[in-house]
Amino acid sequence: MNGYRLGIDVGGTNTDAVILDEDDSPITQTKRPTTEDITTGIVNALDDVLDAVAFTADELEYVMLGTTHATNAITERRGLNDVGVIRLGAPATESVRPLLEWPDDLEAAIGGKTAILDGGHEFDGRTLNDLDEAQVRETVREFGDADSFAVTSVFSPVREDHEERVAELIHEELGEDVPVSLSNEIGSVGLLERENATTLNAALTSVADEAASAFLEAMDERGIEAQLYFGQNDGTLMSVEYALEYPIFTVASGPSNSVRGAAYLSGVENGIIVDVGGTTTDVGAVTDGFPRESSVAVEIGDVKTNFRMPDLISIGIGGGSHVTREGDDVTVGPQSVGYRLTEESRCFGGETLTATDVEVASGSVDIGPESPDVDAETIEGARSHIRDRVEQAVDRMKTSPEPVPVVVVGGGSILVPADLEGASEVYMPDHYEVANAVGVAIAQVSGQVDRIFSLDDQTRDEALETAKSEATENAVGAGAAEETVDVVDVEEVPLSYLPGNAVRIKVKAAGTLGDE
Amino acid sequence: MLVEEADVEDVALGATVLGTGGGGDPNVGKLVAKQAIREHGTVELIDPAELDDDALVIPTAQMGAPTVAVEKVPGGGEPAASLERLERELGTEADATMPIECGGINSTFPFAVAARKGIPLVDADGMGRAFPELQHETFNIYGVDGTPAAVSDERGNVCLLETESNAELEWLARGLTVRMGGVGYVADYPMSGAEVKDTAIPGTMSLASELGAAVRSAGEDVVDAIRSVTADSIYGEATSLFEGKIVDVKRRNEGGFVLGHVELAGLGQDHGSSMRIEFQNENLAAKRDGEYVATVPDLITVLDRESGDPIPTERLRYGARARVLAIPTPPIMRSEAALDVWGPRTFGIETDYTPLST
Repeated sequence: MNGYRLGIDVGGTNTDAVILDEDDSPITQTKRPTTEDITTGIVNALDDVLDAVAFTADELEYVMLGTTHATNAITERRGLNDVGVIRLGAPATESVRPLLEWPDDLEAAIGGKTAILDGGHEFDGRTLNDLDEAQVRETVREFGDADSFAVTSVFSPVREDHEERVAELIHEELGEDVPVSLSNEIGSVGLLERENATTLNAALTSVADEAASAFLEAMDERGIEAQLYFGQNDGTLMSVEYALEYPIFTVASGPSNSVRGAAYLSGVENGIIVDVGGTTTDVGAVTDGFPRESSVAVEIGDVKTNFRMPDLISIGIGGGSHVTREGDDVTVGPQSVGYRLTEESRCFGGETLTATDVEVASGSVDIGPESPDVDAETIEGARSHIRDRVEQAVDRMKTSPEPVPVVVVGGGSILVPADLEGASEVYMPDHYEVANAVGVAIAQVSGQVDRIFSLDDQTRDEALETAKSEATENAVGAGAAEETVDVVDVEEVPLSYLPGNAVRIKVKAAGTLGDE
Repeated sequence: MLVEEADVEDVALGATVLGTGGGGDPNVGKLVAKQAIREHGTVELIDPAELDDDALVIPTAQMGAPTVAVEKVPGGGEPAASLERLERELGTEADATMPIECGGINSTFPFAVAARKGIPLVDADGMGRAFPELQHETFNIYGVDGTPAAVSDERGNVCLLETESNAELEWLARGLTVRMGGVGYVADYPMSGAEVKDTAIPGTMSLASELGAAVRSAGEDVVDAIRSVTADSIYGEATSLFEGKIVDVKRRNEGGFVLGHVELAGLGQDHGSSMRIEFQNENLAAKRDGEYVATVPDLITVLDRESGDPIPTERLRYGARARVLAIPTPPIMRSEAALDVWGPRTFGIETDYTPLST
């Protein structure tokens, strides 16, 4: 079936890499510090794993990369494109101009060119207002020095033709090479959030291009001929071509990768995942192999978008957490030595007592050249503090009072006891340290549908079937092998306060990568 | 009191608490109000007592599907167009506008109308929370005619309505919102200052503002913050009903409304107990281990257990961790005449209204 695949996950502290064999079993892994330019850290990790295997680079079939390039570019306002933001909906929508809620510096970083033009549709597909092509051309010429465009039309998740026509007009005016992001391809119902996500996407096109080029070049230098995929925020993959068009989807793929990787390594499809890093522990839930999503809208770089992210509780405990004692009171974290663990913690000859030192002193693990002397009460106190915090977080994530399987992954996994209350069993699978990289390496390809269906001329079941088959088609279109595609999530929300029958249906389907 | 752009944030957040899970997400209304205040200046919020008895007050609101409003954001001039149509009909200019609903999206839209028109906003409303229909108004219960009323869309269409009853106003106006693409903007219940003083629930905008400020700065003690603000109001002290995880959500569509219930399994000191909340867009009744502990018109609000943010019924999801609290409704909302319009049985809930025990 599949050949060798390489998974790389860029985290805040470490860049992890792993190679899986034909049976998707990890055969080698590494952890390297994440570098400021990100790419250097990735290349270091890539070289590590390639040096460790007996086969040659050209035998790799797939490379999967979960990267923070896009996230960092937004938070640091670095390398962003000037964006021409065009909204179609006038005379509706004028009461809230585009970018109204954006931080001033981020708005300035993308040039602040916005226009609200005629166009758009109603929820049932009727025309809200005709598109005025002359008006569009004039605006595009006015925004002529923009590097890219973001186009958002009212109810484009129902009808996308106005957005598509504007893309054609932009290309006619300014040439085929100008990147144009269309909102119906980026987000779902909710104009302002979808417009924000689309605008961020348009702002990231150069960043994505540079990152992908740098990485493809590095692959080329090493003779890697594999297909490159990028991890998305929902724990699935996209091709390079797709990632260049939709860089915003690479944002925050890390937590999804860790949930997926932990589920895969442990075989636990339903349960709680505890990912212990150097500074924090993220606790999430896996449902049928996928991360459970948060019900709260997500802000990226202080901008509200309608992306859904995994439902996570983050607690300030990790391998590098400071351990402090005042009288009988022992606390762990939230301060941490972070990536300076090997310099500052006592087992490496440093000055700071960390959670890792406590485990070394207890004799449960052997890390670093020194064995710190820690008294029994401090060990006991620190361990019970960690146990309490993790058990509380696990309890908060559970959906029923019955004990559930708990999977512990990440570099700091040694901190978590094997007999957690509320856990039917605690798994610490092999390769737990690089679960994130495994998660991106085994990720599936997905397709989604999220729009409003009118039930006047079709039944609810027909609408659901339509949505499911479109989601499946989208998954296949994104590269999934048709026979492997399953519908993994269906959500149905009737439109409230509105007579007549309309329902919002969201469907996600996912499958494994198809053979080329 | 002058309301500035930043103050609208608090009103919107507080209105989500008073929205009892419904009334639409105030975010869009908030942004509309903020842009209007930025363009047209601050809004004067006046107490009903400051109104002359013969002043003309024309309330304004959005009507229809909030899911549509977050996509087809208003042009901005629609509610003012409705208000101006009534001014022409009545032959006199409005001295003020006011909200008909203090919960949800309709708490913030009237700020935009007041800013655009340069008229004050009355610190009062006709629901004291969120309700689904136009006859669910203290104005209706205590004898104010809902018409003449006007409904407008963003394309400049304005429909003037004159109806036999306020229930028929609701029926016809809601039909118009469908033709208008799912949302319309109404001006209705034109009132004299004297009528406002007799029928409106006073102080609800400033209460929303205080609640929002309290929730924002509360940190982990959101329930305490809400309790202390409500204790010092015409409502009555909020009471904590439950703490738990959502283990089931059921929804169905009936006559344009979303009916359903959510089940919670207890956490912390409620471990071992369960709670079921019935909703029709808004939360209507809460049962603890099978016994009703709160019903409409008292306010039942579900908060995110971690952030303290109120969760609208549309966003209730399996697995969410929540706190449930109830706020006693003001006395004007629970008279016999009022309970005939919005008591539990009017929503198909088989129990009589029993005031909250706090």
